[in-house]
Amino acid sequence: MTKAITVSGLHKSFGRTHALDGLDLDVDTGEVHGFLGPNGSGKSTTIRVLLGMLRADSGAAQLLGRDPWADAVELHRKIAYVPGDVTLWRNLSGGEVIDLYGRLRGGRREGLDKARRADLIERFELDPTKKGRTYSKGNRQKVALVAAFASDVDLLILDEPTSGLDPLMEEIFQRCVEEERDRGRTILLSSHILSEVEELCDRVSIIRKGVTVETGSLSDLRHLTRTSVTAELARPPDGLAALAGVHDLDIQGDRVKLQVESDKLNAVLRSLTESGVRSLTSTPPTLEELFLRHYQDDVRADASADARADVPADGQPDARAQGVSR
Amino acid sequence: MTAVTSAARPPATVRGRGSRQLAGTWPLLRLALRRDRVVIPLWVGVVALMVVSMPGSLESVYSTAAERADVIRQMAANGSLRATYGPVFSDSLGGLVAWRVGAYAGVFAGIMSLLVVLRHTRDEEESGRQEMLSAGMVGRRAPLTAALLAALVANVALALLITAGLAGQGAPGALALGFGTAGVGMVSATTAAIVAQFTESARLAKGLSGGLLGATFVLRAAGDSSVDDGSSVLTWLSPIGWLENLRAFAGERWWVLLLFTAAVALQGAAAYELAGRRDVGMSFLPSRPGPATGRLGTAGALAWRLQRGSVLGWSLGFLAAGAAFGGVTKGATDLVGDNERTREIIERMGGQSGITDAFLATMVGMLGMVAALYVVQSVLRLHGEETSQRAEPVLAGAVGRLRWACGHLLIAFGGAVLIMLLGGLGLAAGYGRSPGAILGACLVQLPAIWSIGALAVLLYGVSPQLAPGAWAVAGAALLLGWIGPALELPDPVLDLSPFGHLPKLPGGEMAWTPVLVLTAITTALLAAGMAAFRRRDLATG
Repeated sequence: MTKAITVSGLHKSFGRTHALDGLDLDVDTGEVHGFLGPNGSGKSTTIRVLLGMLRADSGAAQLLGRDPWADAVELHRKIAYVPGDVTLWRNLSGGEVIDLYGRLRGGRREGLDKARRADLIERFELDPTKKGRTYSKGNRQKVALVAAFASDVDLLILDEPTSGLDPLMEEIFQRCVEEERDRGRTILLSSHILSEVEELCDRVSIIRKGVTVETGSLSDLRHLTRTSVTAELARPPDGLAALAGVHDLDIQGDRVKLQVESDKLNAVLRSLTESGVRSLTSTPPTLEELFLRHYQDDVRADASADARADVPADGQPDARAQGVSR
Repeated sequence: MTAVTSAARPPATVRGRGSRQLAGTWPLLRLALRRDRVVIPLWVGVVALMVVSMPGSLESVYSTAAERADVIRQMAANGSLRATYGPVFSDSLGGLVAWRVGAYAGVFAGIMSLLVVLRHTRDEEESGRQEMLSAGMVGRRAPLTAALLAALVANVALALLITAGLAGQGAPGALALGFGTAGVGMVSATTAAIVAQFTESARLAKGLSGGLLGATFVLRAAGDSSVDDGSSVLTWLSPIGWLENLRAFAGERWWVLLLFTAAVALQGAAAYELAGRRDVGMSFLPSRPGPATGRLGTAGALAWRLQRGSVLGWSLGFLAAGAAFGGVTKGATDLVGDNERTREIIERMGGQSGITDAFLATMVGMLGMVAALYVVQSVLRLHGEETSQRAEPVLAGAVGRLRWACGHLLIAFGGAVLIMLLGGLGLAAGYGRSPGAILGACLVQLPAIWSIGALAVLLYGVSPQLAPGAWAVAGAALLLGWIGPALELPDPVLDLSPFGHLPKLPGGEMAWTPVLVLTAITTALLAAGMAAFRRRDLATG
């Protein structure tokens, strides 16, 4: 499968802060790719490098087979972008801005698919006649979303696009993303909302402090983590503690709770059935747990005197204080 | 407390009303003064300097009582000069200062005050910051009170500086001029406070308040052009006319200060009443809906849409200023004809032959230096669009950085041509002379105007943080050209301004070398600025 985005070893510093510290990212054509990371981990910086707004210090980046800095204008014909914080001109109406964004992309004569534009405005319940200064945050985001979804592009780059949307609109947003995927478009979705990513994304990349720490399909990633198992048995179990990959074992008579590394699940089940299973629940790891595991590693690593140069002077052992807030 | 008891005690809110409505005023005032810690001292300092430096420069022109009496006699006879400066009431040096700068100090104090008030009221509401503040222990009327108090602090500081600086000319006159100026400022502040209740857009509120202030100047000018003792009804309708009729240094009429007090109290009460009746962020004139579909299709069209209002305003302003300058020139050439010292200064400022041409050349030079402010403002629109993140989605379209910047730069550099031509037309019409030579003189100013704009482009291209420095450059050129000659600064200092190198037209001899050199410098600065802009990172929030 061809790659829509390939990024390897990307570095970017702002003064003494290292926003990106060797970041890797691979997005296949036609997939919805989740881009996860805590605040200030470098998501928006990466996206701005991909859009040619920032020039990387070192490392390689390609979009749709081209260089995002040198070929910015040609590339942007095939890309739609929704920033996390949409600012509009106070005296232009939402409809004017939607059409402007569409036409600036060039390509087809009118830039936007008119029928789809009208459909999206209706579904998002957006009033396109209001002036920019009178829109709420969510409505400003709808303006950018309508412009992006109504355009004829190959790649959509969405930077926390739903942070101001209500749950109903969030639902509509998810359906729009699915429609785009069904049309064969590639979507890079940066997000905090893990349920949204879990729902929509084929693959995810998790970054922290400007480095990719995990990437792969959700099932790949789940494989790396632990499944929670709760069982009620005919008699107290035997030998569970000796099995490899079992953690947090808690035996109360004939009730068992444990966590098991996903690739060791088979051995645990075999052991449980030997004791006669009356009921069993097995919960796969959520993305949240995955995310938190990396996040907490981060906190722990910092607490144990991380020697890296970008630890702030006050030495606060909190990953949220790290990196640049942008 | 149960719901029943609280419902049965509505007077609680009524009783506490006065104090609660003002809760939080003190911290808001401190916030306002903290945010304006550079802007207010700068305004106050520059306006005060303009006033207190005046005795020195007037003394060098009209040193003897006889010369000053001469000025008064001729002034009284000249309607267009009275319209520009107002009548002279005393031949003392202080009286001349009050005549020469009084109205302008009032206008500047008014602009300062309306900007301060609107920045802390409508701007705050429009940006949504007020919501955050109002969610705290902040009364409904506290933001307006804090803004008016901030304006009061600025105006009182200005009044005290003027009083102290002019005390040598007579303490009562200095006090009258200082507090009269502050009075104009506070009337303008309360006008802005009312306007802020009616519009949702801070920019519109600034335009309207500035327009109302301009109207008071026009009323005074119209009144003074017909009557030579300030007694016209039109003059009495204008706060700037009150400042004139306060007669600083000429038998002060202290009761006129009561007019300022009454106007401030009335307008302030009206603003308070309106502010208490509306919702935060809303206004009495809601914004009208716009079109559901747009026709804007290019970055250039967007740039024009964003800047056209400003271009229109500057065009009208230059046409009017040109006409006013032309009128003044007509009167002034008679006036200074027999004052050797003035003629010398005028000639050093711009003219070489013929006092009329010298005057016109000076006026053309003034227009040129002010046009540099337009170019800087227009170029810095790029900066505003970038740092507000509005440029990002535009540049995420198939729009190259050069094309995006060129739209704005075309308006900046082409707009300078437009406003200079309009200023020249106004000048020719006001003076009553065929426009050919004056228009040519206006066009000769362009390379100097452009070079300052091009420097702004270079600063912006290198780094958005440096861009506002262009204001300092344009301001320095304006100051050098305005008061440099009167201060008899050495030539190397005066030569720092690009305007100092231009041929003095009309009247002087055309010199192509400075024009071509400045054009070449402009081109080089523009090319360097655009090359730097293409290479650098965009500002990211």
